[in-house]
Formats: sequence, structure tokens, C-alpha cells
Amino acid sequence: MRRTVAALLRKELLVELRTLESVPGMSLFAVTTFVVFHFALNQNSVSGDEAAGILWVTLLFAAMLGVNRLFVADQDQGGFDAFLLAPVDRSAMLLAKALALLAYLIVLELVAVPAFGLLLLGPSLSQALPDLLVVLLLADLGIAVIGTLVAALAVRTRARDLLGALLALPLLVPVVIGGARATSPLLGLTHAASPPIRWLLTLGLYDLVFGLIAYAVFDFLLED
Amino acid sequence: MIELDGLVRRYGEREALSDVSLSVASGQTLVVFGPNGAGKTTLLRVLSTLLRAHAGSVSVLGKSLPEEAWAVRGRVGLLGHEPLLYRELTARENLRFHARLHDLSAERVEERLAAVSLTDRADEPLKTLSRGMVARVAIARATLHDPELLLLDEPWANLDPAARELIEPLIGVGSDPTRPRTRVISSHDPSGGLSEADLVLGLRAGRPALLREAARVDPGEIAELYR
Repeated sequence: MRRTVAALLRKELLVELRTLESVPGMSLFAVTTFVVFHFALNQNSVSGDEAAGILWVTLLFAAMLGVNRLFVADQDQGGFDAFLLAPVDRSAMLLAKALALLAYLIVLELVAVPAFGLLLLGPSLSQALPDLLVVLLLADLGIAVIGTLVAALAVRTRARDLLGALLALPLLVPVVIGGARATSPLLGLTHAASPPIRWLLTLGLYDLVFGLIAYAVFDFLLED
Repeated sequence: MIELDGLVRRYGEREALSDVSLSVASGQTLVVFGPNGAGKTTLLRVLSTLLRAHAGSVSVLGKSLPEEAWAVRGRVGLLGHEPLLYRELTARENLRFHARLHDLSAERVEERLAAVSLTDRADEPLKTLSRGMVARVAIARATLHDPELLLLDEPWANLDPAARELIEPLIGVGSDPTRPRTRVISSHDPSGGLSEADLVLGLRAGRPALLREAARVDPGEIAELYR
């Protein structure tokens, strides 16, 4: 299983490095959105709930770009069939794709979070950063698992771009709520000591539940 | 080796395969003829475990499908219309990826690259190679794990005579008598197809119109399928 996951993940990252179809688009989308917010809100800086809301909605929509592209090369170039013909545990693909999406999200946030700090955020980002990283990681896990599940379901349909977003966004609303609520105190004018533990637990539990659901149903999604 | 009894496969309302029954023994080659849309590719995909039968029974390599499909995967090689390769990756990267999925060594990859005479172009992305070269990589991919059952969908398409000669040993019946290779080949070439066949299946609109030993088939009967 580990060898298969490693092979799939390596292939995934190589294809992305060669095509640059997901991560640059996701990052550019996030930065552009922050610029648009900067002008649309007609204020120099945001903080608290407002800042957390803008950050998470932007990250969510940027993530959707990666989700929609996640299985496209496999579907269009026959990688799905080749994988299905191999004598391997099919859960390996779930794990490899989720890890790849997680890597894309981390790169996205390496670009988007500093850009957010520069373009919109009033309070300093440096104080909030260690706690923010914990929230980002928990939310990213949820987005990666749910995004992989939904992308596998949507990619075999004609309206895959539309269906992917329609299925993923409702499922990801709790992640956005949890992420925003946990982030809000960190981005306030008076920096909180730590993010509210109950929202971190909510995110963790949501990740766990969807991780188990994805493991249980992924095999069936790949079947004819 | 392959036993089909009343196989039916639908796409929506349309029956792509209707009531197909046949038996192919180990080491035999079944060649399937029929016009476009006759169900040849669908038959190969059902045998490869990629598609399920909607009615009837399917047994491949002694295993009932789809219940025991897991035991068939890895013992089947499929060469379809699509090469099942990633265009952005090189031939070597593609084959190494498949080797890892089939738990094969990197030496096996080099051996197959040499067999299809692509060692010197193995580090170029597939998208920069010609169609014929990609077809050769696809053949290397389909035979990488030395499958017991080889499913070939018009394998000679896109290949020049030299390349055909090159790949002949790879997609042949094999030289190991203890491990005979069974083949199912779809073809539009009556004389070429017949020369490979032990058994001939002619499909018309998903239904068997001809099923006989190759020695008793006249090329004119195959031509009739296309009229």
C-alpha cells in the first residue's frame, strides 16, 4: 500500500510540476481575490470576523480550482483504467490524491496567507501565525479528503466542473465555519492567546468522519 | 480460461453486447471482427474487469466476474485505443509508474524499453513523441507484467511495418509452454486477423453473427459483417 501511494503521489506531483495546471491558478486566484476585496470593501484593513471570513471564503474557492482538476489527467489520459487494472488496494488512490491536494493547499497558503497579511489584514500576522498554522492544517485535511471524494465522483460526469463545486461546497461549509470561527480571535485587534478549542475539535472530528466515509465508499466510486 | 454465457452489456437503453456466449481455452487466440460500434471494445473492457456485465455470466482466468475481479487484475494486459499513459511524463517515467503498481523492478522497464526500441527516446515527454512511438510505449505498458491474458484492441493501428515486426514477439502467444498466453484481439483486417486466430467472433450491432474455428472461416464471411 505504501509503495503504491508513493508511486501515485510521485506521478501526481510530477504531472503538476510539468503542467502547472492547479497550484499557480489557485494561488493567482487567491491573490487576485484579495486585491478585489481590498478595493471593493473601500477600507485599508480588516480584522476579526471580517478578516477570517474573507480569508476562508477565498481559500475555499481557490481550493475548488484544484479539486476540479484533481482527476482530469487520469480521466482524460486513461490513468484511471490503468490503475483499475493493477493488482493494488484502490484506497491508495484516495490517499495519494488527498495528499497531493493537501500539498497544493499548503503551497497555496504559503502564497495566499502572506498576501492576505499584506493586502488586507490590519493586525500583524506574525503573532497569529503559529496558531493559524494549526487551524489551516486541520481545515486543509478536511478540504483534501472531501475534495478528493467529490472530485472522484464528479470527474466521470459531463458537467464535472459544475457538479464538483455543487457537491463540494455544501460539504465544505462546516470546514469554512470551523476555520473562520477558530481564526477570528487570532486576527482580532487584540490577539487571543489561542484559537477556541471547540472549533479545533469540530474541525478534527469533521476530518475524521469524512476520512472514514471516504475510505468506505471510494472503492465503489471507481467501479463501473 | 474465458467463459461467457448470455453476456449483456448496456449503455443506457442501448445494448452494446447482447447474448454473447463463447468459450476460449488457455493458449488460444480469439479474434473479434465487426464494424465500428459492433461492441468489440466493450467486450474487451468487460473481459478486463473495467466494465460489468448487466446480464449473463463472465468467467476470466477461472474467476467469476465481477465477484472475483480482484483475482484477475494484474493477470490481464489491456491495449486499448487510448495508450493509458500520461502525456506529460516520459516513456521511462510512465513505465516505471506502472512497474511500481505491478510490483516489478526497474530492470524490467529497461528491458521493455529496449524491446520496443525506445531506449534512446525514453526520457522525452510522451507528448513530443509520434503516434507510432506512443503506441510502442503502450504495448510495452500492456505487456510489462507478462500477462496471462492479453486483450488487444486493434494493436497494429498506428504502427509501420518495422514497428509491427518489433512488437510481434511482445504481443504473441509467448514461448513458454508451461505458461501459455491467451489473447483476445479486435481487428478490422480479415487476412491479418485470421492468421492470428484460433477462434473467430463476428459481431454486428452487439450480437454474435459469426462464431467458429478460424480454420473454417472464409475471409468473405468476415467482409460480410461490414456490409
